[in-house]
Amino acid sequence: MNELIELFQYNFFLNAVGAAILASISCGIIGSYIVARRIVFISGGITHASFGGIGLAWYLGLNPVFGAAVFGVLSALGIEWISKKTDVRQDSVIGILWAFGMALGILFIYMTPGYAPNLMSFLFGNILTVGALDLYLLLGLCLFTIAVFFFLLRPILFVAFDEEFARTQKAPVQFLNYLLISLVALAIVLNIRVVGIILVISFLTIPQTIANMFTNDFKKMIFGSIAFGILGSFIGLLVSYRINAPSGATIIFSFVILFVIAKLVQLVMISVRRKKFGLIQLKRGNHLN
Amino acid sequence: MRKILELKSLTAGYDEKIVLKGVNLVVKENDFLGIIGPNGGGKTTLLKVILGTIKPIEGEILLDGNDSIIGYLPQINQIDNKFPIPVKEVVLSGLMSHKKIFGRYNSENKRRADELMMQMGIIHLKNKNIGELSGGQLQRVFLCRAIIADPQLLILDEPDTYVDSNFEGELYEILHHLNSHMAIIVVSHDVGTICSHVKSIACVNETLCYHDSNVISQEQLMAYNCPIDLITHGEVPHRVLKHHK
Repeated sequence: MNELIELFQYNFFLNAVGAAILASISCGIIGSYIVARRIVFISGGITHASFGGIGLAWYLGLNPVFGAAVFGVLSALGIEWISKKTDVRQDSVIGILWAFGMALGILFIYMTPGYAPNLMSFLFGNILTVGALDLYLLLGLCLFTIAVFFFLLRPILFVAFDEEFARTQKAPVQFLNYLLISLVALAIVLNIRVVGIILVISFLTIPQTIANMFTNDFKKMIFGSIAFGILGSFIGLLVSYRINAPSGATIIFSFVILFVIAKLVQLVMISVRRKKFGLIQLKRGNHLN
Repeated sequence: MRKILELKSLTAGYDEKIVLKGVNLVVKENDFLGIIGPNGGGKTTLLKVILGTIKPIEGEILLDGNDSIIGYLPQINQIDNKFPIPVKEVVLSGLMSHKKIFGRYNSENKRRADELMMQMGIIHLKNKNIGELSGGQLQRVFLCRAIIADPQLLILDEPDTYVDSNFEGELYEILHHLNSHMAIIVVSHDVGTICSHVKSIACVNETLCYHDSNVISQEQLMAYNCPIDLITHGEVPHRVLKHHK
């Protein structure tokens, strides 16, 4: 316990805790949208496409986060625009963009003269090296996402649920779709710093899937995924510190463990309910006799 | 009688492919129009054009009042029934057109939603998730959503699929009641059922032939080259089906 309190005296650990909380909030909200809308594959495409931006920014000597943001948002808008054209196979386009982004990123990084950055830190992230700028960007993203979902929750939900109907009601479907897919891209890009390109998708889907086991209400799903996100990333952070392993991997690992525990709890809950129901039926049967 | 909807020599389709040609149609208040036709004949395209989700290639669509909203009941298999949304929210979403994008739903809206769910006998499902509902219950939820904004025109796309015959009878009873204050268009495969309830029939197959009654004679069909089965009505509604070219 003392060791834990001691940890909080380190600046890098406080930053990491802050990043974990902010990542859980932004991923909790955006991830619920991704899971409900079934756009996990699109999100995977955006994630990997943004690596091209990281490489280009590195080559030009700019901040990789901005390169990733530009690539991420542009590819998100591109996918959204293409999906409106009925004759294009959306999933194939995502597959192309997915691989192209990665290839571009790797090429640029190897073409950059001098010190080549550690590819591993982009692919798997490192929450323990998060700096002040990353935290401010994440905080800004969180505040903007919360504002959007606070004021527009119903229109967002209605359009996501039945876009065709929303269109017949003259709802601003196009505007909402572009706004949300851009938010998805920004959430992905800023959270890459925390858990890396390969693992960010699980931050956006595992806590949500756990929350979805216990509630079917979109709002409760958001709060549930934020809670599971904070719990899982905190456990992952401690394990990472303890056994000196990459934090991205330990966070995702603790998510999966939480998922398995939640699944077991859910199964027990169902069988208990069934037993109760069975007993009631039995009693009724006896009564009739 | 006031015209609610008018289509004037309308051509519609997707990209290069023309699905509908030279469609003329007038829908007046209190009309109850059944739309029938073969698969791929253009029924869905016609609905999309009327609903404004695709633009016509040629021709005009005139709606009474510029921003008049149409009540719409989509085909139920187009809906993702695993989506995390409770019944009451689905019903309220029918008021989208009445709300500004930042608009909140007031107690009057919620009271109206409750009233409709009561009438449809689904008030006990109010807080349930749509995934827990049966086909008939889901159909009722979507009907509530379609009429909560009191539209002048209600369009139903295949409302009798995935529904037990019990509910089918009930559905048409509800529609007859609604017909006193809104025009209704029903698209259906089930020619027999539809013809015993509607006031007029349109057959859609590349173009549209309008029959100003729910009784169609063989001669009329021949003249229009309508590929539908022949239906006649006697004192007790019954049908005689004959194939014709």
